[in-house]
Amino acid sequence: MLEKIWDEHVVHAPESGPSILYVDLHLVHEVTSPQAFEGLRLNQRSIRRPERTIATPDHNVPTSDRSLPIADEISRKQIETLRQNCKEFGVTLFDIGDVRQGIVHVIGPENGYTQPGMTIVCGDSHTATHGAFGSLAFGIGTSEVEHVLATQTLRQFKPKTMELRVDGELPPGVTAKDMILYLIGQLGTAGGTGYVLEYTGPCVRKLSMEERMTVCNMSIEAGARAGMIAPDQTTFDYLRGKPEVPSDFEAAVERWKHFTTDPGASFDVSKVFQGKDIEPQITWGTNPGQVCGVNQSIPSPSDFADPTDQKTTSNALSYMGLNAGTPISEVNINRVFIGSCTNARIEDLRAAAKVLKGHHVASDVNAMVVPGSGQVKAQAEQEGLDLIFRESGFDWREPGCSMCLAMNPDKLAPGERCASTSNRNFEGRQGKGGRTHLVSPEMAAAAAVAGRFVDVRDWDYKA
Amino acid sequence: MQSFTVHTGVVATMDRANVDTDQIIPKQFLKRIERTGFGQFLFYDWRFHDDGTTPNAEFELNQPEVEGASILIARQNFGSGSSREHAVWALDDYGFRAVIAPSFADIFFNNCFKNGVLPIVLSDDEVNQIFEIADKNPTLELTVNLESQKILGDGIDFSFEIDPSRRHNLLNGLDDIAQTLQHEDKIHEYEANRSW
Repeated sequence: MLEKIWDEHVVHAPESGPSILYVDLHLVHEVTSPQAFEGLRLNQRSIRRPERTIATPDHNVPTSDRSLPIADEISRKQIETLRQNCKEFGVTLFDIGDVRQGIVHVIGPENGYTQPGMTIVCGDSHTATHGAFGSLAFGIGTSEVEHVLATQTLRQFKPKTMELRVDGELPPGVTAKDMILYLIGQLGTAGGTGYVLEYTGPCVRKLSMEERMTVCNMSIEAGARAGMIAPDQTTFDYLRGKPEVPSDFEAAVERWKHFTTDPGASFDVSKVFQGKDIEPQITWGTNPGQVCGVNQSIPSPSDFADPTDQKTTSNALSYMGLNAGTPISEVNINRVFIGSCTNARIEDLRAAAKVLKGHHVASDVNAMVVPGSGQVKAQAEQEGLDLIFRESGFDWREPGCSMCLAMNPDKLAPGERCASTSNRNFEGRQGKGGRTHLVSPEMAAAAAVAGRFVDVRDWDYKA
Repeated sequence: MQSFTVHTGVVATMDRANVDTDQIIPKQFLKRIERTGFGQFLFYDWRFHDDGTTPNAEFELNQPEVEGASILIARQNFGSGSSREHAVWALDDYGFRAVIAPSFADIFFNNCFKNGVLPIVLSDDEVNQIFEIADKNPTLELTVNLESQKILGDGIDFSFEIDPSRRHNLLNGLDDIAQTLQHEDKIHEYEANRSW
């Protein structure tokens, strides 16, 4: 699949050095773009294909009352700069107040901009999300953002491919988030460096598009710039009727079928896993590879042979305030965050609401849910999910990246411990001194009610 | 872009793996719309105590021996996580011209080359040797020669690999965009032939 997409997008392949690769879709947000636009201005360059460029503010936007001005002056200036740049260079902007505003990796797919066979880039490492549609999608730096704006291309070395095949079935109560956390745990945070990951096998085929996005989203946490899942009927059914898909949809589907992976396709590396081995996952450390099953205990530095691993583990336990050998289910939490480009789509909110229905958040837990986009929020409200969240004691917010990276006012205080559906548990990621445990939306909701981690497979669902 | 040919400087050691870009430049400093001035915020949460101004005396870069260091050496998977190029801008603005590690995260590695900062991959064994020598000689100076692809100093004589096109661009301080625009006719041709 990578081969086909790559070959279709090569503009120029010199004998040595990187190829010039055409970019079909460029997504832009407020944090990694201002210096790129400034570079264009300084060099008197324009955007080559503004119609292939879509922008939205997401990283920095407040998730509280949108009728108020943004209190943080520097945040306000950055969002205002995006507004001015889009106006000056003719880029479509889904601004605050537009129902289509939201996390850039949520709005691309839900509006049908993201399509199979495309090359998609964004100044954000979680661009791999779009690979769920069988596109080649990866994060780039700001200099590359400027390069794409000016030339609609990127200079790229062809990556190697790694197949991650998940056979069998996922047990009931085990989610796509658990699958990807498990895979990252197996690969390590650098196991995918230099590769594009292609997720295959029966467990992957059965996933919905939203679940596939959760899986591909976290490819970067295993070191891979891109993750892909070959398109199939699930993909085509999801895209049908979306506003930005080609008008002759059936013809497009015929073309997209070309991007399925050939049986017997070869990969540089193939790894096989069994769905039955995966249980609900919880990270215990300060990178997403430091993860264990809900019924496991926190490891000890001495469990690792390599001195660097021992040191990394010891540093992580110290930052996280955890003792080796403690069952992870005995760890109490006081914050819950349901949101992010990993898990803030409608299905994620439905899954969390199903757990919460008829229950209440523990008295010492502060819980919030931040929908991935204005459209997700509207859909959830139409289904009454907001009421379930509110009645259970969750704070129902406006869309944005929010406490996934805590650039806006949503953050952890030092020492606070959070069950989070986001993608990174790095030191200080959700606020300086904050302690993050990555989990699925179901596990986060259950933790909010119990005040500690519990196995959602044993949950008392109230109809 | 600034070029890189030969650089001699003090080596700062950071005996940590998976140093992520959230640590290199924490998110509260990503709101700036400039490319410059990020050095003061480099490794902010590690470098300073909670008040944000008192230096943390235990942090590697706050050791008096490595004041003015311009070569950084760390363990595997340096620069992982977020794509923020601000991480390279901060390292560069602080004064680092080269970073040595057994492996780098892909996006960070790419971003270095766009800013005239040289990321050098050495074997685990070679990185270990530099750590050991720097341990005995805390003001260790190394010379990084991109032309000869050599690292030299205090008994060290290592060669390193680098893609020839990247080496050429760094040596000459060439701008990627200007180079790509030399092939603008091919981009035109590609767009004309593509049926979307």
